[in-house]
Amino acid sequence: MKTEVGTDSEGSAATQEFEKAALRQESRRGFLLSLPAYAYLIVFFVISLLIVFVYSFATRNRFGGTDLSGWNLDSYSRITEPIVRDVLFRSLWLAFLTTLICLVIAYPFAYFLSTRRAAVRNVMLVFVMIPFWTNFLVRNYAWRVILGNDGPLMNTTEFLGLGSVELLFTQTAVVLGLVYGYLPFMILPLYAAIERIDRRLLEASRDLYGTGWQSFRHVLFPLSMPGVIAGSILVFVPSLGAYVTPEILGGAKTTLLGSYIVTQFLTARNWPFGAALSFVLMLVMLITTIVYFRKGGRTL
Amino acid sequence: MIPAVELQRITKRFGDVVAVDNVDLSIADGEFFALLGPSGCGKTTTLRLIAGLEFPTEGSLSIFGQEVGTLTPNKRPVNTVFQNYALFPHLSVLENVGFGLKMQGVDKNTTRRRSMEIIELVQLEGLAERKPSQMSGGQQQRVALARALVNQPKVLLLDEPLGALDLKLRQEMQLELKKLQRDVGISFVFVTHDQEEALTMSDRIAVMNEGELLQVATPEEIYERPTNRFVADFIGQTNLLEGTISDKETVILENGKYVKALNNFSAGTHVAVSLRPERAHIKPQGVYEEGWSHVDGFVETVTYLGNSLVYGIKLDWMDLEVREENRPGTDFHQPGTQITVSWDPEAISLVTD
Repeated sequence: MKTEVGTDSEGSAATQEFEKAALRQESRRGFLLSLPAYAYLIVFFVISLLIVFVYSFATRNRFGGTDLSGWNLDSYSRITEPIVRDVLFRSLWLAFLTTLICLVIAYPFAYFLSTRRAAVRNVMLVFVMIPFWTNFLVRNYAWRVILGNDGPLMNTTEFLGLGSVELLFTQTAVVLGLVYGYLPFMILPLYAAIERIDRRLLEASRDLYGTGWQSFRHVLFPLSMPGVIAGSILVFVPSLGAYVTPEILGGAKTTLLGSYIVTQFLTARNWPFGAALSFVLMLVMLITTIVYFRKGGRTL
Repeated sequence: MIPAVELQRITKRFGDVVAVDNVDLSIADGEFFALLGPSGCGKTTTLRLIAGLEFPTEGSLSIFGQEVGTLTPNKRPVNTVFQNYALFPHLSVLENVGFGLKMQGVDKNTTRRRSMEIIELVQLEGLAERKPSQMSGGQQQRVALARALVNQPKVLLLDEPLGALDLKLRQEMQLELKKLQRDVGISFVFVTHDQEEALTMSDRIAVMNEGELLQVATPEEIYERPTNRFVADFIGQTNLLEGTISDKETVILENGKYVKALNNFSAGTHVAVSLRPERAHIKPQGVYEEGWSHVDGFVETVTYLGNSLVYGIKLDWMDLEVREENRPGTDFHQPGTQITVSWDPEAISLVTD
């Protein structure tokens, strides 16, 4: 009897040892597999970011170069200057507006898409993706033609007797271009989220005296929150740092953060300030993302 | 008395498919009513029509005398317990149960009080803050019931309410549902494909097949006096002996034999005699009770089931199944034995297509 117990515990000890070894091997293999990705990120992301970070505390010298000495917070304190603050708030506001408009346009579309047959859905999804087949710059210039002097928009409004409406080089044009550019990033996650929702939950809501609007507000929308959050981040973050669209459609009066940072590096030759602004921009994006995920975490 | 639910010549088509075909149905207040049939027979569509989740293509539908055929679900005084419950995954049990009251604009305190009352009624006190995903199938079922009943509907609709539960729990819930229905006193209309469930629980059963309503009757009647070939076959087991009406008292079977069967059909009508396996008796050849119908054959197979024996009987022109209870003194008939199958003429029913 005693010997039997002895063998038994020895056996289980051996098994544990074996399992530990297997786990170790498993985690080593996982590490090896992710090594290329880590290496890429470290070289091209972390190191570059560190360089930016270091420069943001440096000082601009008289010749437009940067002295990597005399570390200070001057660049960061400049952010409270009215002109910088205006650019920052304008960028935040336009990014927010873009996100909101994308959400309002994309939601009904994504819902409609989720109610179609599989074949129809796929065709519609291809239509959503088609703009990506053309270069982003080219598409922005296309908008410039559409909105510009003697363009289709102006001709139409004049034909309709609404006078000559010129949107080019206004904030409206920038938002229009951003919405156009980032709408697919809102549609796809929304569609994925809505498609997963059990239709019977909406029927249950209607059965329980919910009107169509109430069913949307209390069942469909909360359940599609993961898609709303993912889509909003995917639109808000690039809109906030957008450079190409505001440059092409916005003109001089509506400088946004992206253009302002570029100006600091290329025209003003103030690398420390540009680096500081980049870091602030990243911080805003990071905070937005965290807040959004936190909020989403509660409702889900 | 005004029926709780009344369907008059209701037809529902989906494209070319006729899901519900010209159905007339009247469900009384306080009735436990089953819609029974195989999958795709139109029973669920019928329920959804009553709920307002589908609209009839033709016909009129009223609830307590009020025409509701074109009203959306939120405007009908009925609530549904969905198949697999359709509980809101993002809401707690309390919020799920209070959903209907909230939508109707009932104030928060009343909603909370009534929800808690009904949660107690279905014995879920203490679980009010849980999410549906944290509950067992049986508990979710109770939440679904509570969520519907808290609104005090005039009729409760249940779509395969016990389908997702395992056998033991299902049997428990059958009794519980029945008791609950008696307590709240409203009509329950439930859809099932399980004939045993329908027989156990219902006051009346409507049997459907291919969109048509075949027979509406009490469980006893449905079992004892099916009028339709499909109904006789679908509910329990039966032997169908094809024949033709000879006169008001007689049917000629396929082999030319006359058997007694009181009927109201006109002579020449094609019918089938439905003979339940347990209503027929096997005796040695030539032995049968005075006045009973009888046919001769031989035992082909015997299956011993403990409480009963099932005989496969070979007649000249067809096979029969006969079930004899295993009582003391019951004769066992070996395979190959020539025997006579006999039955009380009262024990059969005549069915048509």
